[in-house]
Amino acid sequence: MSVLLILMLPFVGILLPPLLQRQGRLAATLGAGIPTLLAFGLLMSLGPSVLAGEVLLASREWVPAMGLTAGLRVDGLGFLFATMTLGIGLLVITYAHFYMKKDDPLGRFYAYLLLFMGAMLGIVLSENVLLMALFWEITSLSSFLLIGYSSHDSEARRGARMALAITGLGGFCLFAGLVVLGQIAGSYELSVILASGDLITSHDWYVPMLVLVLLGAFTKSAQFPFHFWLPNAMKAPTPVSAYLHSATMVKAGVFLLARLHPALAGTSPWFFLVGGVGIATMFFAAYVAFYRHDLKGLLAYSTISHLGLITALFGFGTAGAAVVGVFHIMNHAAFKASLFMTAGIIDHQTGTRDIRILGGLRKAMPFTMVLALLGSAAMAGIPLFNGFISKELFLKETLDLPLMAGAPWVFPVVATAGALFSMAYSVRLVHGVFFKDPTEKTPKEARDPSMGMLVPVGILVAICVIVGIAAEQTAGPLLAAAAGSTVGGELPYYSLSLWHGFTLELLMSAIAIGGGVVLYLQRARLYEIADRWPQLTGQMAFEKVQGLILSFAEGLTARLENGSLQRYIVLLLGMALVAGALPFLEHGFVTGTAELTPTNPVAIAVWALLVVATLATVFTHRSRITAIICLSVVGLLISIIFVYLSAPDLALTQLSVEVVTILLLLLALFVLPKVAPPESSTLRKIRDATLAAIGGAGMGLISWAVMTRPQDSISDYYLENATYPVGGGTNVVNVILVDFRGFDTLGEVAVLVLAAFGVYTMLRYARHTHVEGVDDMASDRYPVVLVSVSRPLLALILLMALYIFLRGHYLPGGGFIGGLVASVALILQYLASGIDWAKERMGVSFRYVAVAGVLLATLSGGAAFLVEQPFLTMTLLGLKIPLVGEIDYVMTLLFDLGIFLAVVGGTMTILSQLSHMQEDREPFDEEARAKETDPWKP
Amino acid sequence: MEALIASAIAVLGGSGIYLVLRARTFTVILGLALLAIAVNLFLLSMGRVAPGHAPVIEEGLELGAYVDPLPQAVVLTAIVIGFAMMSFAVVLAITAHFVTGTDHLDGEETS
Repeated sequence: MSVLLILMLPFVGILLPPLLQRQGRLAATLGAGIPTLLAFGLLMSLGPSVLAGEVLLASREWVPAMGLTAGLRVDGLGFLFATMTLGIGLLVITYAHFYMKKDDPLGRFYAYLLLFMGAMLGIVLSENVLLMALFWEITSLSSFLLIGYSSHDSEARRGARMALAITGLGGFCLFAGLVVLGQIAGSYELSVILASGDLITSHDWYVPMLVLVLLGAFTKSAQFPFHFWLPNAMKAPTPVSAYLHSATMVKAGVFLLARLHPALAGTSPWFFLVGGVGIATMFFAAYVAFYRHDLKGLLAYSTISHLGLITALFGFGTAGAAVVGVFHIMNHAAFKASLFMTAGIIDHQTGTRDIRILGGLRKAMPFTMVLALLGSAAMAGIPLFNGFISKELFLKETLDLPLMAGAPWVFPVVATAGALFSMAYSVRLVHGVFFKDPTEKTPKEARDPSMGMLVPVGILVAICVIVGIAAEQTAGPLLAAAAGSTVGGELPYYSLSLWHGFTLELLMSAIAIGGGVVLYLQRARLYEIADRWPQLTGQMAFEKVQGLILSFAEGLTARLENGSLQRYIVLLLGMALVAGALPFLEHGFVTGTAELTPTNPVAIAVWALLVVATLATVFTHRSRITAIICLSVVGLLISIIFVYLSAPDLALTQLSVEVVTILLLLLALFVLPKVAPPESSTLRKIRDATLAAIGGAGMGLISWAVMTRPQDSISDYYLENATYPVGGGTNVVNVILVDFRGFDTLGEVAVLVLAAFGVYTMLRYARHTHVEGVDDMASDRYPVVLVSVSRPLLALILLMALYIFLRGHYLPGGGFIGGLVASVALILQYLASGIDWAKERMGVSFRYVAVAGVLLATLSGGAAFLVEQPFLTMTLLGLKIPLVGEIDYVMTLLFDLGIFLAVVGGTMTILSQLSHMQEDREPFDEEARAKETDPWKP
Repeated sequence: MEALIASAIAVLGGSGIYLVLRARTFTVILGLALLAIAVNLFLLSMGRVAPGHAPVIEEGLELGAYVDPLPQAVVLTAIVIGFAMMSFAVVLAITAHFVTGTDHLDGEETS
């Protein structure tokens, strides 16, 4: 339980700094610091049992159906990393309070930092590897926010983007790799994976899986050739660099190597990939670091180099090397965090980080000088400092590599050369900043900073010194516990003492230290040579690739998306035809064997009329009124066909929709031109006709294929249950609509109402726009006969609508049809007597009717919740009404009434708004128009 | 009879597609109307041809005496939604005409 609490504290804490920052920066800092301190305290309380070798597990169900549990795990390795994450996190929070600009309220900064901290804890404390991958992604995202914190700085944004691209891509590979790993091991739980090392390393998929996992680790830990994001991330505020690039973010990669060491290590692909990349990175980055003039740039490359060293140690694959790797993780975190903070102090106090400008600060900043000197000594690996012991052990490990028996000298030589450059850049850091004569004045007058910035550095440096002098007594137990879970078995013999006698590794150390000093003394000549070489960096390659991808994407988009809707439709239809044709090509076309229905002369006549009317619509489409008339004939014939096909409900619906549709199209011609110009070329017509013929034939053939086969439908259930007691009606179509599939119906009326609101909104804008050439029909007189007939008809048709609505559950009819018929009755008044006359008498806006309808339908469905039944349970309530009799299905009736109202409201909103178009149009007034908010243009 | 229905669907669908491919918004809407009718008929045909077997329950009839009601329920809502979609398209065409000054589908008079 307390494990979960430790993990949750930073996430919960995210809210505090932004909320507290109004009370001042100190409140924000405390808001970030207190949850961290609490989590740290809780973690320490677990210390005794973890150091005794226990593995604490806590888990809860995640996706039980897939056998996933969200498990947490505290073992030695996780404990070490959690300690570093929270401990250095505390120091960084303190340091940042003094370092960050005084006008920065810090709420956002600390929120990002806590998010990152929580994610990092998640990585190191996850038992489930998929959960770990999730936290891994969060660290990539939150580090993006932290690196790009100075969002006004384009360099910072670029650095953040690059970090996100590289680590995000790596995270993707890692996720794939972990999924493969989980499939191999048969579980995503670390406990299982760590115990099935032999199964994993002998599996066919071992190498692809390993490459994917390593891509994740190498991108995160900035190993060559993915290292270049790290120097570019130095645009982050220095506390962020100190945190991300010493103890956390980049350490996640090596953590992964350590974590999976028992399951994956010890094979020759592992050795050559991990060991090879590690040692190459170690040397290469140390070499580059020596040539950096920016303090943080130097430290960035130094970080890459040390990560390479750690990677190489894990790559060696032996238990002894793994112990040293874990030890160096601890040491590096301590001295590198202190040095980043020192670099921040120098930048903060002098205004520059350029080693060429700086110099002679030993007098102005004595405290800083002492701390920097001690930290650098640890980094260089001078005796009596922690870095010395782990480096010495590292050099020893390079001497004994069974897989390099053919060329045993390679690793020791490269390692010594790397250590030599490491010494050289450390000397440069101290001498260049504090001792050599300054070349020019620094932007600010240098002096030691406040204690708030010095104390965190001091604590870290003290750790470096104490561990350096008495490693076994101080760091020993923690190392033993952490290394124990890395090795996954008995720990080999190792000694953390300073003096091992005159050994080969001591000689290598001496060469490195001496050579480093010599190298530094010769620096002027070396820089001259380096300047002559062409610059070719990973960053340039990255930007080149990025540019290529972007221009490819832009080219592709420009080709596909040229702005012509007509073209999109052709493409879409073409794709649909191809997709529809594929099954035909694969399986062929077979007519079924079912008995056909005999035809009759009436049917043939209707069919002939339908074909003629349809084709007439096509051929007359340019003279639009004629086309609308032809279309209305098609609609009427279809409703006749519905009657023939035993679908009386559909016939009624089609008939009433036909009326409103034709009205809609005629209204549209108030505004749109009534005649279209001829414009398609013959070639185009042939192309479109071909597409149309294929499409039409396809539809016809599929329906033919279905109709000639015997039927096996799920509808028997509906037919059996439509009546009492389940559905309570005899018109099965209506029962399906209001009961069995009521949820669909609810969604569908909602769509109708939404469309009506879309129409309403668009036309509100259009009403105020003047267009040339629109007929002014408002002045026409309304035909007397129509006016006098339509008014009594209103009552009759409404009565008819009510009748159709009420009987719907038992005979053809219902809410949809009743609503449409009522709409026809109402719209007739608009046509006959004019908008104003009708509007005055309507009394209520149809938009409200529509909304009320949807609400009523929803509530009548939701009533079921009151008696703990599922949504849209209809058999709730029966009522006895005098004179009418007993109504068993009140809820069904209410639901159908909702549909009725929604249909009336939606349809009438659409039609009445369209009718308004030419009635309400205001005289064209450019100024008035300009005052209107124009929703269509930005 | 099945052949008549299938060929009617083919003619309606083909005509709809042809009109949808034309260059003017109103013609596209006409095409959509035809296409919607074709699709509705197509869906209904999935319930097979069974004249005189309306799905209204009467005492004493076997299940086989009724045509499949499910396609009918689907088509009924499809007709209403089709109307909603078409009115939206009509108003979109009108608004586009206001904004661009043309009823060409691409928003500009092209060759």
